[in-house]
Amino acid sequence: MASSAFAPPSSSLISNTKDFGLSSAKCKRPAPRRIVSVMAPQQTQRTPATTGSVKTAMTMTEKILARASEKPSLVPGENAWVNVDILMTHDVCGPGSIGIFKREFGQNSKVWDREKVVIIPDHYIFTADERANRNVDILRDFCKEQDIKYFYDITDLSNFKVNPDYKGVCHIALAQEGHCRPGEVLLGTDSHTCTAGAFGQFATGIGNTDAGFVLGAGKILLKVPPTLRFVLDGEMPDYLLAKDLILQIIGEISVAGATYKAMEFVGSTVESLNMEERMTLCNMVVEAGGKNGVVPADSTTFKYLEGKTSLPYEPVYSDQSARFVSEYRFDVSKLEPLVAKPHSPDNRALARECKNVKIDRVYIGSCTGGKTEDFLAAAKVFLASGKKVKVPTFLVPATQKVWMDVYTMEVPGSGGKTCSQIFEEAGCDTPASPSCGACLGGPKDTYARMNEPQVCVSTTNRNFPGRMGNKEGQIYLASPYTAAASALTGYVTDPREFLQ
Amino acid sequence: MAAFSCSLGRAFAAVSKPKHSLPSQINDRSSFISPSSQVPLKQSIIFRKTRSISPKTTKISCNLEASASSTSAKTFHGLCYVVGDNIDTDQIIPAEYLTLVPSNPDEYEKLGSYALIGLPSTYTTRFIEPNQMKTKYSIVIGGDNFGCGSSREHAPVALGAAGAVAVVAESYARIFFRNSVATGEIYPLESEVRICEECKTGDTVTIVLAESKLINHTTGKEYKLKPIGDAGPVIDAGGIFAYARKTGMIPSQAA
Repeated sequence: MASSAFAPPSSSLISNTKDFGLSSAKCKRPAPRRIVSVMAPQQTQRTPATTGSVKTAMTMTEKILARASEKPSLVPGENAWVNVDILMTHDVCGPGSIGIFKREFGQNSKVWDREKVVIIPDHYIFTADERANRNVDILRDFCKEQDIKYFYDITDLSNFKVNPDYKGVCHIALAQEGHCRPGEVLLGTDSHTCTAGAFGQFATGIGNTDAGFVLGAGKILLKVPPTLRFVLDGEMPDYLLAKDLILQIIGEISVAGATYKAMEFVGSTVESLNMEERMTLCNMVVEAGGKNGVVPADSTTFKYLEGKTSLPYEPVYSDQSARFVSEYRFDVSKLEPLVAKPHSPDNRALARECKNVKIDRVYIGSCTGGKTEDFLAAAKVFLASGKKVKVPTFLVPATQKVWMDVYTMEVPGSGGKTCSQIFEEAGCDTPASPSCGACLGGPKDTYARMNEPQVCVSTTNRNFPGRMGNKEGQIYLASPYTAAASALTGYVTDPREFLQ
Repeated sequence: MAAFSCSLGRAFAAVSKPKHSLPSQINDRSSFISPSSQVPLKQSIIFRKTRSISPKTTKISCNLEASASSTSAKTFHGLCYVVGDNIDTDQIIPAEYLTLVPSNPDEYEKLGSYALIGLPSTYTTRFIEPNQMKTKYSIVIGGDNFGCGSSREHAPVALGAAGAVAVVAESYARIFFRNSVATGEIYPLESEVRICEECKTGDTVTIVLAESKLINHTTGKEYKLKPIGDAGPVIDAGGIFAYARKTGMIPSQAA
């Protein structure tokens, strides 16, 4: 059993939280009339998060939604019409959302704001599947017609590098292009849109119909979620990554433990994480059923955003007396590398207890585990070992930028070698064209798709039956450290075998 | 009835599709078969959605026997298909079929033919028989956290396109629930107990929506469901856009 200092829910008073007030309401529109929920099931009888005496103390999620709905305050359970700052869509859900937008608002309608719609082809790109290719064309036609400012197009599928606009995985592209800003509301037609919460904003996934609505109206009806608080303290061991932290949490609360709730990550460990690690943490919030994840913005956030965005932003922070549904505390220094065994992200186990599980392949990629930091981490393990992998090891950088980093960034302690050199020496497959790749299977010709019933250790986010292709495939979710270590032995392996 | 209002200005006034050109009976997504009818099951569960695919055409076909008033008896009657907990969207509609665009009528039908194809082979009775486009099971019975995983709206759409009218689960993942309501494709109903352990695939069931009740005719047991509440009228109307127009809640100009 993974050792962790797990305290029962304690009082919600948190010290050392900054308290930024709300910006003044913009008063552009008359106040909306009171809305009754039409979206949530009746059964969610959540513990009321506020009483009369703490009416104005809010969590940061509540504050973001209040500001976005031009209200002085909101409480969990309330419904509000929220102004949307960014709507993202990709090649899988974009065409459907566009179809609904045109059907409902009219064939000649214009989107509510051509600068707030970000369209990122990333899912089924490097494939001969005609429908998949057609879907990217549909996006292009729409962007031309609407003069969409941010469309990361790809036209030459044979060589991603000759497409200057193409980025890759939407959630990473959003961050790298400066579309994620503290205090804002970002929606996307993808469940892992919650990744952007790492920037201290409200970010969640929506379906095509909701997206069609937002395309025309620029607003969405949302129910304010209550917040679960996760306090992560202690020095991060050098064999642990954010992936281990979130697997720990999901294993603790289960795949439905955060349904309809916000997950707020605070504590000294969280503060020590860089942006990409924070993104990994928030990325898998949806795997616990969470509505959104948030990490308070700080100097790490501001530094990351320098030079990426020219738009002003105003971070918000949970009030000292804000109410949380529960609080979970972890002493990170006591945690160990984990995996999520088939077939559920909450099927948590210690990596070292799975060392007899023989594997057939390793996959390092996706928004969860295909960022620059993830490849640096994998390279560190290969470097420490100096040996070759025992199973096919697939590397799929999330974006063009990540791909370039893999080929140019020097790995500390390697004497000047790049990640790509280390991967080559270790016998990994050549890093592939950036996209979502085989994380979700995809068309049959997708690179690294699991077409046979095999056992795979993967840095991705889901391992339900058939997730990477074959229904009988067995997927062990893991951190890049654990994935690399497993590749070297041919069995599920704790990275301490190589890192200590 | 939900009070649903918004100040969206002229956005909705731009819609060009015809409004309410059909009798309200058919616009309402109700099944008119009474529980006691002896109608052969195949006919009684053939219930197509009122779904406008393009501004000009509205796809409707109802094989109805008794036709009750749209505001009283809402019942669904047919065979049920039973699944377990945590049925995620990859099992409902595997990713390889997501190249199909649901707002395209032909692809909508194709999507339906793949509904629940991702269930493991331990499910020996399949939701849709090979070489069929539609299911013979109009009601899906599930356990906890139905619809977890991806936000793909293709999931409730595939179930609806296949011919399912309702899912009865212990609990839902939020994006799936929200998508079901927004599209109006299926009723996401919730049971009070684990009926997935008491019903078997192929049982004949009736759901009386107005009474929040499910009757399993094969076992003779009845179950209380949680009331669908505000989501009901939205699905009845055919989804969030149709509901907003039908109830006249969308202002024709800026409020």
